[in-house]
Amino acid sequence: MLERTPQQFRELQEITIKSDTRDILAHATKQAESFEDYFLVDIDAHVTETQFWNEILACIDNDVIRQMAHGQQLRPGQGATALLNTVPGMSYQHVYGRIPHQAALAEVVEEPGAHHFTTLARRSMDALGLDYQIVFPTPMLTLGMHPQDEIEAAISGGYNRWLIERILPEDDRLKGMLYLPFNSPDACVELVEKYAAEPAIIGFTVTSTRNKPVHHNNYMRLYSLIEESGKPLAFHSGFNWSDPSFLQLNRFISMHAISFVHYSLIHMTNWIINGLPERFPKLKLLWVESGLAWIPYLMQRLDHEYQMRTCEAPMLKRLPSEYMRDMFYTSQPLEKSNLKILQCTMEAFNADTQLLYASDWPHWDFDPPSSITMLPFLADQAKRNILGLNAARLFGLEVKRTRPRAADVLASRPGVS
Amino acid sequence: MRELNIGPASEFDDPGRKIIAFDGVEVGVFKLGDAFTAYFNHCPHMGGPACQGKIIAKVDEAIAPDRTSKGMIFSKTQTNMVCPWHGYEFDIRTGVHPGNARMRLRPVKVHLSTDGDVIVTLPDARERPAA
Ligand code: FES
Repeated sequence: MLERTPQQFRELQEITIKSDTRDILAHATKQAESFEDYFLVDIDAHVTETQFWNEILACIDNDVIRQMAHGQQLRPGQGATALLNTVPGMSYQHVYGRIPHQAALAEVVEEPGAHHFTTLARRSMDALGLDYQIVFPTPMLTLGMHPQDEIEAAISGGYNRWLIERILPEDDRLKGMLYLPFNSPDACVELVEKYAAEPAIIGFTVTSTRNKPVHHNNYMRLYSLIEESGKPLAFHSGFNWSDPSFLQLNRFISMHAISFVHYSLIHMTNWIINGLPERFPKLKLLWVESGLAWIPYLMQRLDHEYQMRTCEAPMLKRLPSEYMRDMFYTSQPLEKSNLKILQCTMEAFNADTQLLYASDWPHWDFDPPSSITMLPFLADQAKRNILGLNAARLFGLEVKRTRPRAADVLASRPGVS
Repeated sequence: MRELNIGPASEFDDPGRKIIAFDGVEVGVFKLGDAFTAYFNHCPHMGGPACQGKIIAKVDEAIAPDRTSKGMIFSKTQTNMVCPWHGYEFDIRTGVHPGNARMRLRPVKVHLSTDGDVIVTLPDARERPAA
């Protein structure tokens, strides 16, 4: 039997909201040692923008709305939510404290010269083994349900400015997609005209949680501009418990499981049936954060009905599934409790060329890159495509290694053996 | 196989734990009542640090004899650890997920010495979970 001496073993601590990102993700860093030579791009990671809400509000152009925000902030507890339509009392994603990194990343950040968020993002990129990461907002994902279109437009203007002027210049590994205030088509057009040429803005986002038909004539100028820019348009899904159908669901799990997919189904259906792929043949579309299982479901359902009711979708020259197969999708949250089904799903939309890895870090259902590398049915080249090369092709990213070696990241932290 | 003395049992809270890293392996050692259990700190879901999460009673649903629900209650008999990556819960006594018996932590042998120290038996490198 070994004698006990203090040097023999280290004690690891409970992971809490105060833990360092690199320690929370140390096991992912260990996993990253096995794909050290892959090029890795994370299409969907998040900033909790309300952590920096003062900075974003200060970037709002409209004096009156900026004053409204500051006036709102006088009320105790509203500093980080002024003007937003979120319901803070129902932020259940962290499973009531069980998943600390979703509750908060309240770790010590002392990197002089870098923005707090940039430091957090670098830690996650290094720990997960990422060369590039695309930043999306968090509470703003439901801003499309805000009853005041002008507030959505003002906040998105402030957020975009903050992202482009304050965050993205700090690190070439961070990229952004412009938030489009989709309830105000003219404001979207203005933003695209203003920022489309920004190199760090590699695409445009519609947050899908909203009740706006994507085929409305009001959007045609916007789509034309985006098509001309050559950069993709992403629909980033989200949830909305206030949807009348979802009011029947009594637990967060039920609503969350259905709601993301619900919005993707609606927008994709409108997009296809109204012939937008024929009207904008060069517009590249990316569907973010609904998992994959909905894709073959909708392909089959639309193909089935389209062949009987072709007169209702006269723009189409091919089957709906064929248009869907031209589009791009992100991987998270990857449904993989049945690998046979997952394999068929991936084959249905040519995942080898159309799927892009996304982590969704630091959200509660994030996927590390091992969610792809561990899939037994994928060939090595398919894994490389999904984890980075497809993204490089879609976004025109240079395929170059920008991340530190996993072993070096581990060596700099005491959090893993 | 190697035995490692990780200190007196009296140092543990109830419920309580120590998570140790030794020679490239991480093990969570738990105390619940009089029993000690130990598992690799490696979640069967995606390899997260399962033993480093919250310790909390399992949640049950109280169902009356007429099968109506009386709401959620904390279990008085089952305490779980929660993997901090995505929230998978595992019974501290068995290492098994409450809703999927195939989802289980890999156990590590643990016993008390005659002096009241907690002794963990670590398997050889090839028997350990991959990263
Ligand atoms: S890795 Fe443990 S819950 Fe996912």
